[in-house]
Amino acid sequence: MEMILYFILFGFIVSTLVGALISWIDRKVTARLQYRVGPPLLQPIIDLVKLFGKELLIPKGASKITFLSSPIIGLVGIAIVSTLLCMINIWPEKTFFGDLIVVIYFLILPSLSIILGGIASKNPLASIGSSREIKLVLAYELPFILAIIVPILKSGLTIQIGQIIGYQAANQAIAWSLSGVLSFIVILLCIQAKLGLVPFDIAEAETELAGGAVIEYSGPALAIFKLMKLMMLFVLPFFMSIMFLGGLNFTGVGAVKSLLGFLLIIVLIIVIRNTNPRLRVDQALRFFWGPVTILSIIAVILATRGL
Amino acid sequence: MSIKLKALLKSPWVFHLSTGSCNNCDIELLDCLTPRFDIERFGMVLIGSIKHADVLVCTGSVTRKCIPRIKEVYELAPRPIIVVAIGECSLSRGMFIDSYNCPVPLDKIIPVDVYVPGCPPKPEAIIAGVTKAIEKIRKSIKEKK
Repeated sequence: MEMILYFILFGFIVSTLVGALISWIDRKVTARLQYRVGPPLLQPIIDLVKLFGKELLIPKGASKITFLSSPIIGLVGIAIVSTLLCMINIWPEKTFFGDLIVVIYFLILPSLSIILGGIASKNPLASIGSSREIKLVLAYELPFILAIIVPILKSGLTIQIGQIIGYQAANQAIAWSLSGVLSFIVILLCIQAKLGLVPFDIAEAETELAGGAVIEYSGPALAIFKLMKLMMLFVLPFFMSIMFLGGLNFTGVGAVKSLLGFLLIIVLIIVIRNTNPRLRVDQALRFFWGPVTILSIIAVILATRGL
Repeated sequence: MSIKLKALLKSPWVFHLSTGSCNNCDIELLDCLTPRFDIERFGMVLIGSIKHADVLVCTGSVTRKCIPRIKEVYELAPRPIIVVAIGECSLSRGMFIDSYNCPVPLDKIIPVDVYVPGCPPKPEAIIAGVTKAIEKIRKSIKEKK
């Protein structure tokens, strides 16, 4: 019963509201950087409500069950991650053995749902979008997991998020070391790709693929995909903040400091998004398997030396 | 007014369909996205897929080859959909009125809600046209009540 309450509260309500706020900040800052006015505060929520009221169309010849279930798979995956992270951040004693592995696994589900939905919708552009998403997942997963090894090594070979938070509360944040900074940069780039933002919005490139994998989705199904993206916009920076900056805490001076850290991650994401053009998929693959993986390997080696 | 419709009027996503235009109206339409006019402050976004659209913006004289495609795009759009015809060509075929290749104006093929005349219309006129469409829907709902 308690778990269901947490799932609804942290999994959906908190992540949707904070995600909508971050999405609005993203759009507003983008608009201001281009000397525009930008959308009003409630715009992301209004978009969602509108999409839930539209007609749901299923393309002829598409696999109906996969087409309709794939948005829900992604939404549930990201909601579970959000629940786990919020719960462990507020009550670190609720951590369990291997929850970091669980979180890493569930973070793949949104990408997987986009791939499934794109392939199921029987549209050539959606298939190209899905195939690009697969390549992107292959590209960023390796440096992502290599960079997560750094906090694990630093906090004494633990794979419990609660203990990583505890280590950072007792000592300093992991980002305040050489290996921490390197893996922070790596994770930032991987998160950019996971969120599907420029320069890694290869899978849903509006100008070439016209929406990519989600091109055939309309109405409520598209709304669920948009909701998933909103929630990811909160969950992924939050995950990063937990792993490298000790998570959000709500007491005294630490609250301001942790909130500033969280905002720093979001600002970095927005700045990267606004100052880069889109990469081709082969460039993205080369980028992630080349310099980024080398950077993360260096970070791991430094972390084993205790730097 | 229901929440659904209120939300629809506050975030109309625009799909742009060129039915054989000379590109002038298309360029004026893209001008609406620039910093000077910025339609994103009304929640409008130009999107790439008709399945995501709320407003179907048509430009250009409706050529013979284009007619089946226009019908298909209109049928693919999720309801409710607002159709806006932009430019003299799609209103009344403009200078192509005697052409063998432009048999009928746009509103003989699909129902058009708003007409924006001009060759090409100014971005201000396009924004005013879409606002009029929104007003029209609001009024029709009030009358129903």
